Amino acid sequence: MKNPDKNGFYGEFGGAFIPEMLYPNVAELQDNYLAILHSDTFREEYRKLLRNYVGRPSPLYESPWLSARYGARIFLKREDLNHTGAHKINNAIGQILLARALGKQQIIAETGAGQHGVATATAAALMSMDCKVFMGEIDMARQAPNVERMQMLGAEVLPATSGSKTLKDATNEAIRYWINNPGSYYLIGSVVGPHPYPDLVTRLQAVISEEISTQLENNFGQAKPDYVIACIGGGSNAAGAYYHFIDDSEVQLIAVEAGGQGIASGKSAATSQLGRMGIIHGSKTLLMQDDYGQITEPYSISAGLDYPGIGPLHAHLIKTGRSQVYSITDEEALAAGMVLSTHEGILPALESAHALAVLEYTRFKPEDIVVINLSGRGDKDLQTYLQYHKNKHK
Amino acid sequence: MNIRQVFAANPEGLLTIFYTAGYPQLDSTVTVARHLEAAGVKLIEIGMPFSDPLADGVAIQHSSEVALRHGMNLDIMFKQVAEITRTTGLTVVLMGYLNQLLTVGAENFLQACRQAGVSGLIIPDLPMDSYAAEYQELFHRYEMAISFLITPRTGEKRIRLADQLSSGFLYLVADNSITGREEGHFSNNQIAYFQRIKEMKLSSPTLIGFGITTADQYFLTKKYANGAIIGSKFIRKLSTTGAVSRQAIAGFIESVTRN
Ligand SMILES: Cc1ncc(COP(=O)(O)O)c(C=O)c1O
Repeated sequence: MKNPDKNGFYGEFGGAFIPEMLYPNVAELQDNYLAILHSDTFREEYRKLLRNYVGRPSPLYESPWLSARYGARIFLKREDLNHTGAHKINNAIGQILLARALGKQQIIAETGAGQHGVATATAAALMSMDCKVFMGEIDMARQAPNVERMQMLGAEVLPATSGSKTLKDATNEAIRYWINNPGSYYLIGSVVGPHPYPDLVTRLQAVISEEISTQLENNFGQAKPDYVIACIGGGSNAAGAYYHFIDDSEVQLIAVEAGGQGIASGKSAATSQLGRMGIIHGSKTLLMQDDYGQITEPYSISAGLDYPGIGPLHAHLIKTGRSQVYSITDEEALAAGMVLSTHEGILPALESAHALAVLEYTRFKPEDIVVINLSGRGDKDLQTYLQYHKNKHK
Repeated sequence: MNIRQVFAANPEGLLTIFYTAGYPQLDSTVTVARHLEAAGVKLIEIGMPFSDPLADGVAIQHSSEVALRHGMNLDIMFKQVAEITRTTGLTVVLMGYLNQLLTVGAENFLQACRQAGVSGLIIPDLPMDSYAAEYQELFHRYEMAISFLITPRTGEKRIRLADQLSSGFLYLVADNSITGREEGHFSNNQIAYFQRIKEMKLSSPTLIGFGITTADQYFLTKKYANGAIIGSKFIRKLSTTGAVSRQAIAGFIESVTRN
């Protein structure tokens, strides 16, 4: 269940629904990605960079405060401590090595909040590759510091001015550029897009669950957790945190979507609950759309969860009941983030704060081992947190 | 006339015009069709406005956004298309994205097409293998033709497959690009590609499209294929004229067909 079939399907979800213009590009990736990922040169270099450049393994930290508060052994997988501040770099480094193995010189990427854009620009700087990042015009205004950061890393940031001018449109623009410039390598940021991207990104992020398993075994004598909890935008940090446990039904997988201002409010990004089967960015999956198949604009306070679709692996896990999905509102996420900051001295990304907030809804046994994937740090969200803090204490 | 009949009846070649339903005005779809027919066009391709048209450049993206803002949707579009097929002799092909079919259900969609007198569909993000496995039988049942795209980078085996699966025409994408990249002339590489396809002696009629803007190009497409599809250039024309006038459309058709 953790890998798709040869056509890229997880059950009924996935595939590669792309125009003929992209067929050779996608076929090149499909035909080569596994051989390259499994090659000794790739594995060696990837491991080396993850260790010496990204700073892996990321710690698995048992949080005394959360454990006491929620009555279980609660661990945080500290992806926030990675270079560039989130799990996104695991994927960016892996794909840039793949791009190099395929002989590509130019990298293109989409970004919403800028996290994946920064990770990609960083990897491109490291490899001395040309890098273009597409970003919705509205997101560029909302996340100006990340735009400047990408530029400092030598990337060109191109505004997506079509449609709703956010992440989905940046992805459209990146794909259009890829069609017009088939020599470039499209470095997608989550477990979305046409096959093989969902599987490719999942395998690169799977270092997270591999480490969780080793760390639990070495330090706590138990090779698997009882629960793994992660937030889902496209679903890459969750796919990575789940991967080695997906086929083990004793490990419960919990997926947390952004409820925005509430599921019924019309301002939400809870794709699995509000979405229906459709095609977005070349993948058959659950997505938010109207009765005529027009893709609707999601809303979340956290830009990284603001995607109208969901990776096909997650659509499948949710549909088959393998993972359980919750949605968390803006307010709940902000509160959970503040609590972690106050009591553990860790300010989580707003995305990751959604995963933390779900603890309010779950019941554990005292001996349960619960791992929450802390996908990123909250520095980028400081303004939002400060505003929230100020309003609360007015 | 169905698609194969319209090609048979026009052996000298066809100029096909693409435009977006509901652009420039919500109710201009039928008027544009009438003016095109008056200007001598036989086959039209109507775009179903979509929020995320991956294969389209700015002109068609913009027309889709405007149409959607006007309130265009599939129900309104099918009514307009039915009026076109009832009141004109035009053969109508719809172009849209797979999500638009899936949302209402492929069978419902094809039924609506049939009722509206649509002759065929172009769905750029429907892959050939998925069509053959899941939809071909349904298309046959509703007598709906499909036209697949090939590009300069499509290999010979896939070209043969596209030819065999296409029950409408074969769409030769002139350049490996999205729509609307306009050069005004064909490069030697493009001509070589057209020549290569011509020499394959395919069974489907062929139309060359994407980025075509001039009469010179149109004449070349008749030499190597059965004609051309012009989209972005026509849509730009509609947008600059604002109101849809018979003279402007006749003038446009004349400008790209005059020798
Ligand atoms: C810190 C963090 N977590 C989570 C996400 C959501 O992405 P995904 O669902 O692919 O992990 C993002 C995306 O930008 C992010 O920056």
